[in-house]
Amino acid sequence: MKAMTGRVVPAPEGHLSAAQMRPSQSRRGFIRNSVTTGALAVTGSAFAQARTDPTLVPPWTRSLGAPVVTTGYGMPSKHEANVQRRQSPGLTPQPQASISFTPLQNLFGIITPSGVHFERHHSGMPEVDPEQHRLMIHGLVRRALMLTMDDVMRFPSVSRIHFIECGANGGMEWGNVAVPTVQYTHGMIACSEFTGVLLSTLLDEAGVDRAQGKFVLAEGADGSALTRTIPIEFALSDVMVVYGQNGEMLRPENGYPLRLLVPGVQGVSSVKWLRRLEVGDKPWNTREESLHYIDLLPDGMHRQYSGVQEVKSVITMPSGGQKLVGKGYYEITGLAWSGRGKVKRVDVSVDGGRDWQTARLQEPVLSKALTRFRLDWNWDGAPALLQSRAVDETGHVQPSIQQLRAVRGVRSIYHNNAVQTWRVQPDGEVWNVQVA
Amino acid sequence: MFKSLSALFTLALMSASLPAGAQQAARYGLGRAPTPQEIAAWDIDVRPDGHGLKIGKGTVAQGQKIYDAQCASCHGTFGESNRYMPIAGGVRKDDLQTGRASMLRQSDGLRTLGTKLNYATTLWDYIFRAMPWTNPQSLSVDETYAVTAYMLHLNEIVAGDYELNEKTLLTVQMPNRNGFTTAHGLGRVNGRPDAQGSLCMKACVKEVTIASEMPEFARNQNGNLAQQKRPLGPMRGIDTARYDVGKTGTPTAPTAAASHPSDLLTRHACTSCHGMTSKIIGPGFNEIAAKYEGRADAKVYLSKKMREGGQGVWGAIPMPPQAGLKENDADTIAHWLAAGAK
Repeated sequence: MKAMTGRVVPAPEGHLSAAQMRPSQSRRGFIRNSVTTGALAVTGSAFAQARTDPTLVPPWTRSLGAPVVTTGYGMPSKHEANVQRRQSPGLTPQPQASISFTPLQNLFGIITPSGVHFERHHSGMPEVDPEQHRLMIHGLVRRALMLTMDDVMRFPSVSRIHFIECGANGGMEWGNVAVPTVQYTHGMIACSEFTGVLLSTLLDEAGVDRAQGKFVLAEGADGSALTRTIPIEFALSDVMVVYGQNGEMLRPENGYPLRLLVPGVQGVSSVKWLRRLEVGDKPWNTREESLHYIDLLPDGMHRQYSGVQEVKSVITMPSGGQKLVGKGYYEITGLAWSGRGKVKRVDVSVDGGRDWQTARLQEPVLSKALTRFRLDWNWDGAPALLQSRAVDETGHVQPSIQQLRAVRGVRSIYHNNAVQTWRVQPDGEVWNVQVA
Repeated sequence: MFKSLSALFTLALMSASLPAGAQQAARYGLGRAPTPQEIAAWDIDVRPDGHGLKIGKGTVAQGQKIYDAQCASCHGTFGESNRYMPIAGGVRKDDLQTGRASMLRQSDGLRTLGTKLNYATTLWDYIFRAMPWTNPQSLSVDETYAVTAYMLHLNEIVAGDYELNEKTLLTVQMPNRNGFTTAHGLGRVNGRPDAQGSLCMKACVKEVTIASEMPEFARNQNGNLAQQKRPLGPMRGIDTARYDVGKTGTPTAPTAAASHPSDLLTRHACTSCHGMTSKIIGPGFNEIAAKYEGRADAKVYLSKKMREGGQGVWGAIPMPPQAGLKENDADTIAHWLAAGAK
């Protein structure tokens, strides 16, 4: 990959003198320039005038471009090559049982492009043939069902925007800072418009036993045949069986052709390559519920079945590993979310949490979805400590890392929703820090 | 074919519900009923209460043979390898009585299968569905009982002459069986949070100190940050090459389209056991190349060896058969090895 490490300099207007490159000092100056140009246009002859210097017009304006369908399924500009999912070195010994992180520092708005949605595989990414793929629904139901993809896609559908966040997002930073950028501190999250069938629709079709059926086991068709227990109160509320993502079918790395989506709950429950749903009367205590995805507390107990991703936020620009190019105006922007509903408010501090200002929220603000926040900031060149803290509609306020550690210690791995701090140095460099 | 109690249970439930006639009609009428055979083949989950148990048996001694041949290459001869979560270690004698792994109270307590897991049924379920990692769902019911028994023995939970079966599996007392709690808000739709932040807006803290920051040696460990930020807009990525102390981690940037055999080595997880120039568990690729240099049938031999596995050529730890490795991929790797692994 070609390294693209550009510096910020004034636009390379090599034909301009230093005086011309200086920003307009006053409105009067701007008007005077305009008037002069206007006068030239009026006095020049439309027919006789020679073409202006062609080097001032870029070559792509002076040539014919490529035809339509140059790529049948489009790709980002070659200038966007820095925007990539990445692994974090040393985190996992195997790329098949690993994680890649969403490049949040490069993204706008709230929708994550499907191609950079973070990945988590346990036994690699399977190649599933959609014609042969089946979804079995059985257990405590009156009619066990075997559904083809054709069947699943004939049910009444819904489209909803939700985030998926791995329970281990931020897991490297319980004790101290460990990674340099927001891609690695918070990049196990993505937000998409998902299309599929409500799980309640499918369970009703199968005639779920609502008296006895208290849990649903979801199983993937990959080599790990990953299983997770979904409590029925979640299953019958907003859980979806999903085949569409951002207008297209799911990508293979995100569960093609079928996955579960458990909004607001740690990503492992949104089982990819979904092939089986079994209704039962007790939880399953699967490997991903008893050896992993359990939260170790200071007294040596593990919290089990800890699913919900609580209120959280992070500033994505400026953020760790970035460099501000000079004093002056910057827009501080970031993302906030809650697994319990809508984000109600986001506050931003530029002095490590002494004083706070309330940020603007970009509409739409959706339940269990990413919410974009923004705040105007004039950087005076002094050291700054940027923080954001979100409040959700249940009134839950995002805790500081100290408040979180006071309850959960530092060995929890999962469900770190602490306030993130970015230190801006006088040289403009931004680095990941934790404050006390 | 194994007997599945849960499949029988499901069949009984279905047939019991049929004559009742009170069955609410399907609203959309899509799909079909799965066959009993399909349910039996897919419904392999086993719960701590015995739901889904398969009838079978296996001894510690039988399990050791299977473990040594198919598991030790990743998990270590004694389950000690910490490359993945260790299978064994950290269990103390008292734990078996208390049902709490006391090791976990220590800040540096060993987290192993022995100190963490609450029910042996989960170990059985996971091995049966997902192990060995490169050849999942290849062990029989009896083999799974045997390997489970051996892993329990490695943790000194069962004796060396133990036989595990569908009855004894439910009686195994795991060292950390009382180490779990659901008394928290994270498992409920309307659960209460346990860590609440502050809504203070002015003069909220007296003094701010930096408690933790990125050490200089770690600033380039995730690769050069300048190449991870779009070179447009108000900020650039910091050029962290100056912090590179020569200890580069695993490559973080995606590689180009798979063309070099090393892509196959990664894709098929060969690199979990073999280093390019050094032994990890099995010999380094350069060592293999040197050994078979000049041998006329090297390519055919190595391709077959990869897919079928073997033991004794390089030491006691066997290489498990790589059933998931397609013949043409094996040939490509073998060709590369025979040509010097460059």
